Amino acid sequence: MSWSFTATCAPLLRDDVDTDQIIPARFLTTTTKTGLGEKLFADWRYDGSGAPRPGFPLNDPAHGGAQVLLAGANFGAGSSREHAPWARVDYGFRAIVARSFADIFAGNALKNGLLVIALTDEAHEALRQSVERDPQVRVQVDLEAQTVALPDGSKERFPIDGFMKHMLLEGIDELGYLRGFLPEIAAFEGARGAAPAG
Amino acid sequence: MAHAAADAPGRTLFEKVWESHVVAREPERPTVLYVDLHLVHEVTSPQAFSELAARNLEVRRPDRTVATMDHSTPTRRGSDGRFAIVSDAARSQLETLRDNCRRHGIELFALGEEGNGIVHVVGPERGLTQPGMTICCGDSHTSTHGAFGALAFGIGTSQVGHVLATQCLLQRRPKTFRVTFDGRLPAGIEAKDLILALIARIGVGGATGHVLEYAGPAIEALDMEGRMTVCNMSIEAGAKAGMIAPDDTTFAYLAGKARAPQGEAWDQALERWRALPTDPDAAFDRELRLDARTIAPRITWGTNPGQGIAIDEPVPDPAEVADAQLRGQVARALRYMDLEPGKPLLGRKVDVVFVGSCTNARLTDLRAAAAVFAGRRVAAGVRALVVPGSVAVKAEAEREGRDRIFTDAGAEWREPGCSMCIAMNGDRIEAGQYAVSTSNRNFEGRQGPGGRTFLASPATAAAAAVTGRVADVREVLR
Ligand code: SF4
Repeated sequence: MSWSFTATCAPLLRDDVDTDQIIPARFLTTTTKTGLGEKLFADWRYDGSGAPRPGFPLNDPAHGGAQVLLAGANFGAGSSREHAPWARVDYGFRAIVARSFADIFAGNALKNGLLVIALTDEAHEALRQSVERDPQVRVQVDLEAQTVALPDGSKERFPIDGFMKHMLLEGIDELGYLRGFLPEIAAFEGARGAAPAG
Repeated sequence: MAHAAADAPGRTLFEKVWESHVVAREPERPTVLYVDLHLVHEVTSPQAFSELAARNLEVRRPDRTVATMDHSTPTRRGSDGRFAIVSDAARSQLETLRDNCRRHGIELFALGEEGNGIVHVVGPERGLTQPGMTICCGDSHTSTHGAFGALAFGIGTSQVGHVLATQCLLQRRPKTFRVTFDGRLPAGIEAKDLILALIARIGVGGATGHVLEYAGPAIEALDMEGRMTVCNMSIEAGAKAGMIAPDDTTFAYLAGKARAPQGEAWDQALERWRALPTDPDAAFDRELRLDARTIAPRITWGTNPGQGIAIDEPVPDPAEVADAQLRGQVARALRYMDLEPGKPLLGRKVDVVFVGSCTNARLTDLRAAAAVFAGRRVAAGVRALVVPGSVAVKAEAEREGRDRIFTDAGAEWREPGCSMCIAMNGDRIEAGQYAVSTSNRNFEGRQGPGGRTFLASPATAAAAAVTGRVADVREVLR
């Protein structure tokens, strides 16, 4: 997978968007990761009869094919359900640009190759205005450089955990990495003996 | 630790637990942290077990893994006495958990069995949850277990796979944040009121990146169930976890519990546990002091747990909110809730009352609700559900005769489970309805698409049930 890409943005600018909005709980009775994209933001995207609500950004043809979601602050608050990033990846998003993210969501997203890009308020506002003026403007995301090039030509650096970046760029799998510590884990267990707690 | 230099800096409860679970630490890399207890439920585990199967891996420590069924389980039996599972998908998810547990030798408290219940009720009541432990579950309210002085936090399904395969997690060390509650809670004010007051104060992102430690006389005075209510909602302030120092209240609760250490092991455990509380000279990254004496019954008016008020306060008026961002949020939440700006919530008609969830479905919660229901009737037009947190809670409440108080009042007394907290099992409110709920999330549609949730304590919820309106329980009981 290339970690440098350009994409259009779909705006969803509310703050504190919670995981129950991203993927409502009644769709969590699945035992696989696929098919959740259809249910992404289901209660905002569709009305009671299942018809798309015209005002919702993901239903706006102007934002069709957007691979970046432009969100507000504290995105992904709430539950630890990894179904939230699964739904986004299944839908086709590759990155979320927001003012800030909830912890568990951000971790879950990166584990699924979904970049979480926190921008400063100024940069975020500039991007919001660009997208509002022209839904087809593109941003260029570069994980290696940790930058996102905005439509107005400016380039913003975004923070990412150095280890997660390394894992993504090198395609290293986290469970495989963790299993590399099995000798240390066995030694830790051995040293503690049978005691159940710390 | 007896050999630590006399001038070594003091450590917080969190630091002590964290340090004693570090398996490996390399510069610039996340710590490999050992997990003592891994709790598993049907919704967030199937894909993790599939990942293990795809890699041909075994569960490393089935003896440190315990599973329950709770999220999509029915709380009602059909006329044939069998549980009526809401959908084929839910049934298949429950069966998948059963198969996975059987294949890997994991203890499972299955639907209807003794020991079954909401994962965060089961752990403590079995004595599985113990001070000083690291505890994980694919569930954000794992923070509940921090009430025992454990470091307990929710993880995603990828990480559930990591723990199943290695009993470890890759973790960056969070920061620490102590909130000290001075004084005692006034009579009739519950742990739920205290935590709702805190979240309203610091906001739903107020503790992001931090582990909260709750301290002070008001916390020490809480029983274990109250402490669990407080720690349960840590995540609603964005915290990684919430913790309370173990003390005699903790030890008295654990003594004799099925899975707690027994005999000599108990004495040794006590010695370890007594060393856990934060040292007097330990430093936190952040501190906040609040006065517990001024806390009133709380209720939320909006669509996140931070949007709350004292029961007799008006809901906010966006026109009076200076910050533009915040003004928009307030206005949007009021619109969803269909509430008039600046008006009181007191007296507002409600349709449904839910007493349940991992926040407030333990015995003391049911007792608090029963005290209000006793000798009263659920108001006409109101549907009231009381859903115990576990099979054990249900049995004990029935032994005490509380079930008859609820049913005599006209409330439904159900089988245990998450139920209307998350509305996955068919228990839900309808679009446009108002519910007063003792659960932890008032997100849009959380209790059913289009439904509107006011979060409150069990007593306040019961007061709404018997009056049919948002009510001040202090007035109802007067
Ligand atoms: S009761 Fe609600 S919050 Fe608690 S575990 Fe169940 S669904 Fe989650």
